[in-house]
Amino acid sequence: MLDKNQKIRWLFKPALFVLALVPLAVLVQKGVDNNLGANPVETINRFTGDWVLRFLLIALAVTPLRRLSGWNVLLRFRRMAGLFAFFYVSLHFLSYAWLDQSFVLPDIVKDVAKRPYITVGFACFLMLIPLAATSTAGMIRRLGARRWQRLHRLVYLVGIGGIVHYLWLVKSDITQPLIYGAILALLLGFRLRDRLRERPARASAVAETAR
Amino acid sequence: MTIIRKPSDIKSSDITPEAVYRDRRRFLREALAATAAGVSGSLWPAAGEAGQKLFNLKKGPYSTDEKPTPLEYVTGYNNFYEFGTDKGDPARLAQNFRSVPWTLAVEGEVKKPAAYHIEDLLRHHPLQERIYRLRCVEAWSMVVPWVGFPLRDLLQRVEPNSRAKYVEFTTLYDPKQMPGQKPGLFGSGLDWPYVEGLRLDEAMHPLTLLVVGLYGEVLPNQNGAPIRLVVPWKYGFKSIKSIVKIRLVEQQPLTTWMKAGPREYGFYSNVNPLVDHPRWSQASERRIGEDALFSPKRKTLMFNGYADQVASLYTGMDLKKYF
Repeated sequence: MLDKNQKIRWLFKPALFVLALVPLAVLVQKGVDNNLGANPVETINRFTGDWVLRFLLIALAVTPLRRLSGWNVLLRFRRMAGLFAFFYVSLHFLSYAWLDQSFVLPDIVKDVAKRPYITVGFACFLMLIPLAATSTAGMIRRLGARRWQRLHRLVYLVGIGGIVHYLWLVKSDITQPLIYGAILALLLGFRLRDRLRERPARASAVAETAR
Repeated sequence: MTIIRKPSDIKSSDITPEAVYRDRRRFLREALAATAAGVSGSLWPAAGEAGQKLFNLKKGPYSTDEKPTPLEYVTGYNNFYEFGTDKGDPARLAQNFRSVPWTLAVEGEVKKPAAYHIEDLLRHHPLQERIYRLRCVEAWSMVVPWVGFPLRDLLQRVEPNSRAKYVEFTTLYDPKQMPGQKPGLFGSGLDWPYVEGLRLDEAMHPLTLLVVGLYGEVLPNQNGAPIRLVVPWKYGFKSIKSIVKIRLVEQQPLTTWMKAGPREYGFYSNVNPLVDHPRWSQASERRIGEDALFSPKRKTLMFNGYADQVASLYTGMDLKKYF
């Protein structure tokens, strides 16, 4: 019989890992079937971009959901969600650099510098690299929990940047980016509310001890 | 005397081809119409439904010999925001659009304003096929065998007066039929009805077409049935679809995309690899249905490759300023 930890490790995590790869499998299958539509490069780029935002939102939903439900176990899956956001953003960037720009470096540099939505998207990609690199338990130990946590607050900026990237890219119909943006606002708003509640409580606690 | 004939007695020329036999009603209707249309040369099928074959098409001038984009992409990958902003929306949501009957009004600064039923209009204007490049502002392109006639032929019939400097086109406004026109939570971000415009000399240019078909058939709804504009040296959005009104005017019309993004979409919107969209490059493009996944994009040509025909319209103009 597996205990709870073993279940998480040997059942739930592998299952979620496979589940998180389903979008990629779907995309590859479409490619194999020659079913990527009229503009395959655009399809691949949009598809991977969508999944970056989704995994970012999933990762950012862990804390609010944990607080609301009391299921602390959710925390055990947060790193995987974050790493899959990084996995899909890598594919997203690769599809841009390779399929759209054919790895012509001067063009890419010019594009990143000149197009605000690409600048923002690229900055978000860069910010996710240290987060992915410091995702191991060893790195948390080496950095210390506090510094690690401060570094990983970058993900809030990445979330906002991701929405802006999407918003600046669409031609006129901003429905989709606004939906993602509304969810992000909810998730970040929850944290802000927690903060604002904690602060007066903490302040009064300090006042209490001082008295 | 043979009562029952053996198969060898039947000449092969006596046998009606199976396809014709199976489709005999349509064959009769079309054959009849083809005879009736004999004088003017071209033919509009009685029902005027998308996909019906068009006969007696002349090969028009200016056709490219590039490979036409497969029909499934021409009819399945569309920007027609009246039916939704996803490129698959028009093919799905325009299926029940009623493009018959249809009236096209030509009015404004003209001596002979008129309103035409499409079938009457086409009686006067023989149809021709023209294979044009189409360059979308989103940096993709197609090659489409359009069927239509020069806009100038229609404009000459209504006799523009001396005040006519521009031509303003308007698409049907009918939110019941065009779900994209319904006010939504956020909507498409566009003002309806869709309005486009050309300078009179652009409208009178022999390349500028009024189009009623593609691939030798009546125009599918998602491509702007029953009648649309095609201006091959300008970005695709200038080629307004499902037109109900053509108005000759003195002032430059304010177009839908100019209203939506004045910094991004100018009145001229000529295809120009040297003038980028503020948010993306226009230097290159992807040819739909042809360029492989890993092949680099192709260079966009000045005026979409029609510079020899149209560059003289813009002599002395700063095309960066008049984008």
